[in-house]
Amino acid sequence: MGLFDKLKRGLAKTKQVLQTDVRDLFKAGDILDEEKLQQFESRLLKTDMGVEAAGAIVADLREHHGGRTVVLVEIWDTVKRQLQAQLSWDDETGWDASDPLSPLESADAGPTVILVAGVNGAGKTTSIAKLANLLQGAGKTVVLAAGDTFRAAAVEQLTMWSERLGCEIVKQASGADPASVAHIGCERALETNSDYLIVDTAGRLQTQKNLMDELAKVHRVISKKIPGAPHESLLVLDATTGQNGVSQARNFSEVTECTGIILAKLDGTAKGGVVVPIRQQMGIPVKYVGVGEQIDDLEPFDPDNFVDALIAD
Amino acid sequence: MFEGITKSLSDALGAIGRGKLTEGNIREGMKQVRQALLEADVNYEIANDFVNRVTEQAVGEQVLKSLKPSEQIVGIVHDELIQLMGPVDHSLGLKRQGITVLMMCGLQGSGKTTTCGKLATMLQQQGRHPMLVAADLQRPAAIEQLKVIGEQVGVPVYSEPPSESTPVKVCRNALKEAEKQGDVNVVILDTAGRLHVDDELMAELELIDRKLQPDQALLVCDAMTGQDAVNSAKAFNDALEIDGVILTKLDGDTRGGAALSVKAVTGVPIKFVGVGEQLDKLDEFHPDRMAGRILGMGDVLSLVESVRDKLDEDEMLAQQQKMQEGKFTLDDFRKQMAQIKKLGSMGEIMKMIPGMGGMAEQMGDMNPDQDLVHIEAIISSMTLDERENPEKIDRSRRNRIAQGSGSDPSDVNRLLKDFDNMSGVMQKMAGMGMRDRMKAINELKDMGAMDPNASMNKKKERSKRGPVDRNTIREKRKKERKNARNARKKNKRKR
Repeated sequence: MGLFDKLKRGLAKTKQVLQTDVRDLFKAGDILDEEKLQQFESRLLKTDMGVEAAGAIVADLREHHGGRTVVLVEIWDTVKRQLQAQLSWDDETGWDASDPLSPLESADAGPTVILVAGVNGAGKTTSIAKLANLLQGAGKTVVLAAGDTFRAAAVEQLTMWSERLGCEIVKQASGADPASVAHIGCERALETNSDYLIVDTAGRLQTQKNLMDELAKVHRVISKKIPGAPHESLLVLDATTGQNGVSQARNFSEVTECTGIILAKLDGTAKGGVVVPIRQQMGIPVKYVGVGEQIDDLEPFDPDNFVDALIAD
Repeated sequence: MFEGITKSLSDALGAIGRGKLTEGNIREGMKQVRQALLEADVNYEIANDFVNRVTEQAVGEQVLKSLKPSEQIVGIVHDELIQLMGPVDHSLGLKRQGITVLMMCGLQGSGKTTTCGKLATMLQQQGRHPMLVAADLQRPAAIEQLKVIGEQVGVPVYSEPPSESTPVKVCRNALKEAEKQGDVNVVILDTAGRLHVDDELMAELELIDRKLQPDQALLVCDAMTGQDAVNSAKAFNDALEIDGVILTKLDGDTRGGAALSVKAVTGVPIKFVGVGEQLDKLDEFHPDRMAGRILGMGDVLSLVESVRDKLDEDEMLAQQQKMQEGKFTLDDFRKQMAQIKKLGSMGEIMKMIPGMGGMAEQMGDMNPDQDLVHIEAIISSMTLDERENPEKIDRSRRNRIAQGSGSDPSDVNRLLKDFDNMSGVMQKMAGMGMRDRMKAINELKDMGAMDPNASMNKKKERSKRGPVDRNTIREKRKKERKNARNARKKNKRKR
């Protein structure tokens, strides 16, 4: 199955919701009036993209097509353009779609360190397993650091994954300082001359000051042990999350300087639209999307394809 | 919890409160209320309905003509919020005889396993004997997680190796095992997380439901969920006819619109809310209190309840007695702090007191809990004698205490000063009626007790007759000097 087929499969539900509704809404030959625009806004709001982003799209539609007869193709075009504009960035435009590792920064020399954080139950550990699988598939050596020393059996969960994947894992007893796990992880990665070190952390709500301080310490310890690390600091975001995702991105970014987002659980009916305001307000790009429960259900994110899969055929 | 929605709602309602109330500005204000609800992840249709209902009632003549129209509108919003989230039903359908079976279900990562542990803790406190069943054979180490939790709570956990079993089999055998054990009277099934669109897994869930006939099926729902909360709740309800919802992760800054939506869409009551990672952080859901909280009216009832649950009554009485006798010592102070700590973090407590929610926010980086730890350490480093008679503490003792507690001698000094001031107020308060007590508390506020940045300063007491303000005193003295001068002049002329 091709790369985008999977993404599209994951987003198929979203697409159906938008499309069927929109086709019912805008019929060629109708007049695009205020009532229709409001109905369309409600559809957009239901993707969790937030009042502001949805408002911008509707305002654009109103300006360009309001009061005129509906031409479906043109309306699509406007909506798509707006969404793409909201998701695009000024730095580098996207990455090489054929190379699944291209979204990741890598170290000039020595191991590349990836720090993974997120709220409870977002899907960190599973995403790490998928990411490790992706890296190993590309012929890289990976060391995992089981930094979730808080939740019951979290270390066991990652250990099981490491056994299935056949990659190395460093761990300490439950309740140990996660920063110390990160420290040994760095040491081990340097020792074995591995290509990648992925550091797991315990799930924490972004409002828990002491836990966020703990995360800051993990970040600090890593950068002390390996200068320039972590090269990637990824936030795992549950696609079902609503507007709280913005707060998550902001607060985690303050502590770990997030370089990207893994949007997990996109295979449900949730649309993950909250990445639009996150991208707009914080500039954090989505790097990967989780589109299923299997180990290889992790795809690099492509904004154009995301929008396409969201609204087009 | 809910500060976000509270803040924008009170902004919106504040806009209504200013100036004269007209139909026009009610509608404008309601538009903001709608936006606030949407930003809080309340389902689109429900937010719309809500606003329409409130507007309808609010523009009625009776409201406009009433003495305090803005308060009336707040009242209407309050009532409607309660309506939207209520009525509640906290029962778990526990049977008097035989074994009650509870089934937990939900999406991945919504917090099912942790909630199982919380429920077991709660049931155990109620004198029941729960057993946990690891029916999640999918996620790696889910069984281990439940086992660890079971150990923490002290309840049996039934599990089978995932490679040779199916969820239905596990549940069935668990029930048999529970019957065999005899004293188990509640069985909690921890099923695997699944997507509501995954037909295969939903069918499996239905199968468990059919074969096991659980007395209640509970949906565990992440409070941070956005618009999709409605879809998944609906799907689970269609498949299982769920009996209740448990809302988790409400201790973050989520606006919790899911709470408003789920009940309205499925008609299934929210029974409990998870408000922390510890296993005792499961509260009953109260829409009236929650509505009050959303509107910034505080949640005194919950505070009172947790005070009643968690504080040692005898201890408190003994201390009150001591206070009244003016014998409140540093040791009592320490004990009292230990009691307060049981209630939760200071921030949590403050959020429940009306008008204090904003203060918790103001504190920002301040960490009152940390301060409590320091204070406790300092007091613990004193000898019993010193705790009884703090005036004995001289420089050498102070240095020793500072060293023992890992703090600075100046910290010790500050604590002693604060304590001195406080015990003064307390002694005064002991002999007062309620009204005077409130006054004394206000006085305490002036002294800096409520200002996180200042340490407490004792206000200088002045005679009751004279003015208190520095400037007025200066003026008065000036006048006196002038009078004296005039008098001297007068006397001179007479001669």
